[in-house]
Amino acid sequence: MTRKQRRFALIAGSLAVLAAAVGLVLYALNDSIVFFHSPTELVEKNIRPGTRLRIGGLVAPGTVVKGKNLAVRFEVTDGNKAVEVNYSGVLPDLFREGQGVVAEGVLERPGLFRADSVLAKHDERYMPREVADALKKQGHWKTDYANKPQAPTATNASAGATH
Amino acid sequence: MIPELGHYALVLAFALALAQSSVPLIGVRNGDAALMDVARSAALAQFVCVAAAFAALTTSYVTSDFSVENVAENSHSAMPLIYKFTSVWGNHEGSMLLWVLILALFGALLALFGRNIPSTLRASVLAVQSWIATAFYLFILLTSNPFARLVRPPIEGRDLNPILQDLGLAIHPPLLYLGFVGFSMSFSFAVAALLIGRIDAAWARWVRPWTLAAWIFLTLGIAMGSYWAYYELGWGGWWFWDPVENASLMPWLAGTAFLHSALVMEKREALKVWTILLAILTFSLSLIGTFLVRSGVLTSVHAFATDPTRGVFILAILVLFIGGSLALFAWRAPMLKQGGLFAPISREGALVFNNLFLTTACATVFVGTLYPLALEALTGAKISVGAPFFNLTFWPLIVPVLLAVPFGPLLAWKRGDLVAAAQRLIGAAVLAVIAIIITFLMRGQPVLAPLGIGLAVFVIAGALTDIAERTGLFRTSPGNALRRAVGLPRSAWGAAFAHMGLGLMLIGVIGESQWNTERIVAMKVGDMLALGGYELSFDGAEQRDGPNYRELVTTFTVSRDGRVIGTMAPAKRTFAHREMSTTEAALKARGLSQIYLSLGDISADGSVAVRAYYKPLVLLIWFGALVMAMGGALSLSDRRLRIGAPRPARSKAKAALAPAE
Repeated sequence: MTRKQRRFALIAGSLAVLAAAVGLVLYALNDSIVFFHSPTELVEKNIRPGTRLRIGGLVAPGTVVKGKNLAVRFEVTDGNKAVEVNYSGVLPDLFREGQGVVAEGVLERPGLFRADSVLAKHDERYMPREVADALKKQGHWKTDYANKPQAPTATNASAGATH
Repeated sequence: MIPELGHYALVLAFALALAQSSVPLIGVRNGDAALMDVARSAALAQFVCVAAAFAALTTSYVTSDFSVENVAENSHSAMPLIYKFTSVWGNHEGSMLLWVLILALFGALLALFGRNIPSTLRASVLAVQSWIATAFYLFILLTSNPFARLVRPPIEGRDLNPILQDLGLAIHPPLLYLGFVGFSMSFSFAVAALLIGRIDAAWARWVRPWTLAAWIFLTLGIAMGSYWAYYELGWGGWWFWDPVENASLMPWLAGTAFLHSALVMEKREALKVWTILLAILTFSLSLIGTFLVRSGVLTSVHAFATDPTRGVFILAILVLFIGGSLALFAWRAPMLKQGGLFAPISREGALVFNNLFLTTACATVFVGTLYPLALEALTGAKISVGAPFFNLTFWPLIVPVLLAVPFGPLLAWKRGDLVAAAQRLIGAAVLAVIAIIITFLMRGQPVLAPLGIGLAVFVIAGALTDIAERTGLFRTSPGNALRRAVGLPRSAWGAAFAHMGLGLMLIGVIGESQWNTERIVAMKVGDMLALGGYELSFDGAEQRDGPNYRELVTTFTVSRDGRVIGTMAPAKRTFAHREMSTTEAALKARGLSQIYLSLGDISADGSVAVRAYYKPLVLLIWFGALVMAMGGALSLSDRRLRIGAPRPARSKAKAALAPAE
């Protein structure tokens, strides 16, 4: 093989692998990304039931109802609209009324969300960024959520059957 | 007084870094040995200063000096001493101080032990290293001063985040940073070589020990972090494809590719341009990792909430260094001479194959990690990219590499014989097929799992085949083979072990992900739970007091077929100072498998939510990583790579001969 042929083989091979990778990435992005919506956006954007998505906001005070077999029901609100969430499993350590939460799952019908994983902040000084943005949009952002920006670690613990 | 001394030492280090960034380069330009030598003394002095600053902060933590803001925010006088030490880097400011400490350490090591490296190259490398240091000292001094005092010091500190009150914090960040920052050496060597304009096989040999050391630490750091998340977060996962995890995986993938391509450069002087580019990219990815972790732009399970101005500062550092080095690369790389010729089927070809797939896999991880950021900036839509994306893109690109791993070492340089290599691998392939059949008969569906086990066995057996071939194990007498095994270069052993580690890890990954049993139930005292052939009985719960927390400790008896094999005690801790609780999972190893128990919340009726997992072969994941790191360490101890402090005369002769090899 001459140098030219060798280089051609190398470039052709690399391009083939890259093309395959781009194909995989596009296919996967089409198929496996999950959008985040606030309760208000769920209504405004008319999200169809059955789509997999993440919702987030504050756990509305006084709405957490625990049932049998670790079933739990609560409302997530962004101050404007609220959506009811059904979940069955272990809630994260810092899941509390009035605190920020992100849930991933499927919208069963408008206003009812079935979550298969619930993420809550793992530090009392930290708010999930999406939740903070959603609250800001609705004008319900309180500055004390962010008064200590240098919180050391804010680990969102996820609970439930993510895998 | 002590914090002020620490602050002063840090400012001094910054001044020294400024000198070290410029003076040696003037020396290189004018051929002035005295000016070049400034680099060495400055590097050592810089290390002493940063170490002093770090010691000052540590002193403030150990003595619980709450007049220092950083200490007041992250420590508590009742905390055990070990956590007072580790909380030094359990926060943003302190961890950046650890970052520069390690950076200075690498500079000082090069100054001390790099005597076999020509003085112009050494001076340039130290100067480039100091550019990075200068930027990060500025960052700390301007945006994240760990020594800031409080006007009215509180009587008690706010305590360290309970999640971090664990031995994992003592080990994981230092190891990870040794890896991240260690790659700065490859970067500095690459940029220095581009500046000087001389890049040859000797360069690859000089840079190898530093890269290898960084790679070993990064491997251990990632593995340690994964195990820590596994037992501390209480949800039994060891890898979440989380942005912060990806941030450490990307430099690892690029660094692994770099180690392999530097091999080609060292042996055959080929792939020079590509190797230099990889050196730059690897450290760039480390910087991006630091940015992702430190800026808080991505929501992550391990997210560090931070101040946006810091993010902007790190972003500026990022743009400056990555942009600058790539521009330098674009300008100087075309001047590099072409290297040796090789056929596509050859050792070089195999290593190119490895590089192609590893870097492409790294690129897909990059896309998956940063796509949400880009999309939000462009359209405002918020998305999350999770495990399904990475499983779909990463694995198809890694499987070809795994398949090729056993072939690589069996191919000759320049022109290899694929058929001959395949013939030698027949044994390994037969073992792989047997493994597939046995796993399929034992476990059945899904078919992918037995195939994966087969692949892992092929990789392990392939690595052993390589050693057997080199020692002539089956062709000569055992004594002869043993003698050859002893005489075999350590780097050959290192490669075999690293590849075996990869195979072991794959077995663990498949075992954990495919045959994992999970039960989540509410249990009361006296309840039984069946899990993967074991019976767990909930015996009782009691409240206990720890040094700075209260905990609810439960006891479970584990038995199999009616025979008691031990007890497990998962707990739930409540830390009053932060109003936080943590879950302390209980682990019980059975061979290479583990039973994993963690507690959820307690219901009004007194039942406790229990998460129980039986994770077959899970320990192989981390054991595999350890074997990989051990392979790296063996390779590092190879004579060829000795940094050469004791015998400068011989190393010089070797360096002069190097291009002829």
